Amino acid sequence: MRAFVSLSLAMARGLLRDRAAVFFTLIFPLMFLMLFGALFKDQGVEQSTLVQVGDVRVLDTMPHKTRAQLRDVLTIEKTDGSAAARRQALEKVREGDADGVVLQHGGKVELRYSAADQVRSGTVQGVLDSIVQQANQRATGQPPAYALGSTAVEDESVKPIQFLTPGLLGWAVAMGGVFGAAFNLVSWRRKRILRRLWLAPVAARSVIGARVGVNLVMAFAQTAVFLLIASLPYYGLQLTGQWWLSLPLVACGTLAFLSIGLLVGSFAKTEEAANGLAQIIILPMAFLSGSFFPLEGAPQWVRTISDVLPLKHLVAAMEAVLSRGGSWGDALPVMGGLLLFAAVLTLLASRLFRWDAA
Amino acid sequence: MTRRDRNARLPPYPPAMSPRTITDPGTAPRHTGPAITAECLRKRYGETQAVDGVSLEVERGEFYGILGPNGAGKTTTMELLEGLRRPDEGHARLLGTASWPRDPALLRRIGVQLQASAFFERLTAREQIRTFAALYGISEARADEMLETVGLTEKAGTREDKLSGGQAQRLSLACALVHDPELVFLDEPTTGLDPQARRNLWDLLRSSNAAGRTVVLTTHSMDEAETLCDRVAVMDHGRVLRVGPPRAMAEEAGVDSLEDLFLQLTGREYRE
Ligand SMILES: Nc1ncnc2c1ncn2[C@@H]1O[C@H](COP(=O)(O)OP(=O)(O)OP(=O)(O)O)[C@@H](O)[C@H]1O
Ligand SMILES: [Mg+2]
Repeated sequence: MRAFVSLSLAMARGLLRDRAAVFFTLIFPLMFLMLFGALFKDQGVEQSTLVQVGDVRVLDTMPHKTRAQLRDVLTIEKTDGSAAARRQALEKVREGDADGVVLQHGGKVELRYSAADQVRSGTVQGVLDSIVQQANQRATGQPPAYALGSTAVEDESVKPIQFLTPGLLGWAVAMGGVFGAAFNLVSWRRKRILRRLWLAPVAARSVIGARVGVNLVMAFAQTAVFLLIASLPYYGLQLTGQWWLSLPLVACGTLAFLSIGLLVGSFAKTEEAANGLAQIIILPMAFLSGSFFPLEGAPQWVRTISDVLPLKHLVAAMEAVLSRGGSWGDALPVMGGLLLFAAVLTLLASRLFRWDAA
Repeated sequence: MTRRDRNARLPPYPPAMSPRTITDPGTAPRHTGPAITAECLRKRYGETQAVDGVSLEVERGEFYGILGPNGAGKTTTMELLEGLRRPDEGHARLLGTASWPRDPALLRRIGVQLQASAFFERLTAREQIRTFAALYGISEARADEMLETVGLTEKAGTREDKLSGGQAQRLSLACALVHDPELVFLDEPTTGLDPQARRNLWDLLRSSNAAGRTVVLTTHSMDEAETLCDRVAVMDHGRVLRVGPPRAMAEEAGVDSLEDLFLQLTGREYRE
């Protein structure tokens, strides 16, 4: 037990006194969270702007209820029906300051939009179309025969911080694990500490346990700081029900990434090689796992690759329990998978393991 | 000349290194059988036959030296004895126990200083020795005491990479001795030390040996071997050429000193 404690202390001190390591594994991911969180803060709800030129009956007679519902997605700027106002409005659309112009010719509502931003113009068309449909339907005086109730699958409050937090936290845990184990192994081998430990009455489990312990403490501390910062009103993370399931997930993730680091450290002969190898593994893995942005729009082959990456599953499960009200059903299979992954890679690493550099 | 004679010839212990810091002989284990027996050890690295059939026996309480030119196989022999490497052939027993495979109960009783010092990165001298002490279940107080014994108390807060070569060497020795081992392996412990440190180290080793501990060291200093060792083994090309008490061996061969005997045995040309 004393051996375990003192080795853990030695590792923790060695790490905390290495400024570059502290920066890259502890501070850097946090900076990403604060930066991305601030950049994408208001991206969740997209507001469209319509310029109404002159009178448009369907808009002017919209019931209060409909108007209130539209307030989040649509702003309507009303101008007079003069030719000058019309020219100005079209100019606004062309420059991207507004998303569409509505005017009425007799019984026909005309929408003019720019083809430059198809998503926006699509939204505007859709919204206007539904307003017209509702007006038509009201005009018949009959209750609607069919109604489409549609809500986004995500919680309506879904803001980028809800997926940035689990994504970047997963990336941070991955860096801590892979770099921690790889550097530790290579530098202890090069500094002959491994051989010296071989000649001391210390069990391998104390050495490995110390590494795992240090990384777990680090990962939990990181999780706490991430969740605290993201929950600040400025970023506004909303934790859902069983968010604490992220802790066992982080623990299993740490083991999986330590095993990758162990493999890298067993293979690499120098710190530089270990660093390069670790970077080559972590960066693409983070991109392909949706750490920085969601994978929803990614092509199929990307998703196929990402399915074998432990980080992808960790990030998905963390997002589920932190932001989407997920529970044991989301966490357990991923925890099992991560542990299995860790076991297989550790076995592989033990085959490649070398005590000394020669 | 007996060991007592040689000890009498030496200057008194300087206060910082008085032998009181060493456990008294009464607590040392009873002598039963040799401290080390090695039979026909062989180790090959690719094309190099580093150790080529070394057999030796070291008595308990003996001060044993291994001499030999660069590349003679001294370090490799020590590594095979310690159980750091597996011999291709032959086997070694330390204190009656086989040193391969690794046996933690045996490792508790031996102390090792490797040829190149092995330290935890970015830890201070005090943290190093306390970490090693903890691995052997030794108190921090005893670790600090050991630091004082090698004269590093002033450098206790200095990081491992900021120590001078000789200071690192002394720290490494302190780490090897912190748990009062019965059997100590030291690979060139005095290389790079100033004369003061060397003398102090000799005193430390001698008092440790006088307290009943067995010491095996390698050295390139004939002076050191003559002063400290009860017996020396001269090695070259992975083989032991001759074993015996340094003075007696030289006299027997009809030369003036151990150095002359060494050159006679191993030749004068450079080694790789
Ligand atoms: N890990 C290794 N891999 C390959 N060859 C090695 C290794 N260690 C030692 N050798 C070779 O084995 C031979 C004996 O080396 P060893 O280190 O035992 O010599 P030594 O007597 O301790 O020398 P020195 O006085 O320089 O310390 C040398 O030729 C060396 O090149
Ligand atoms: Mg050597």
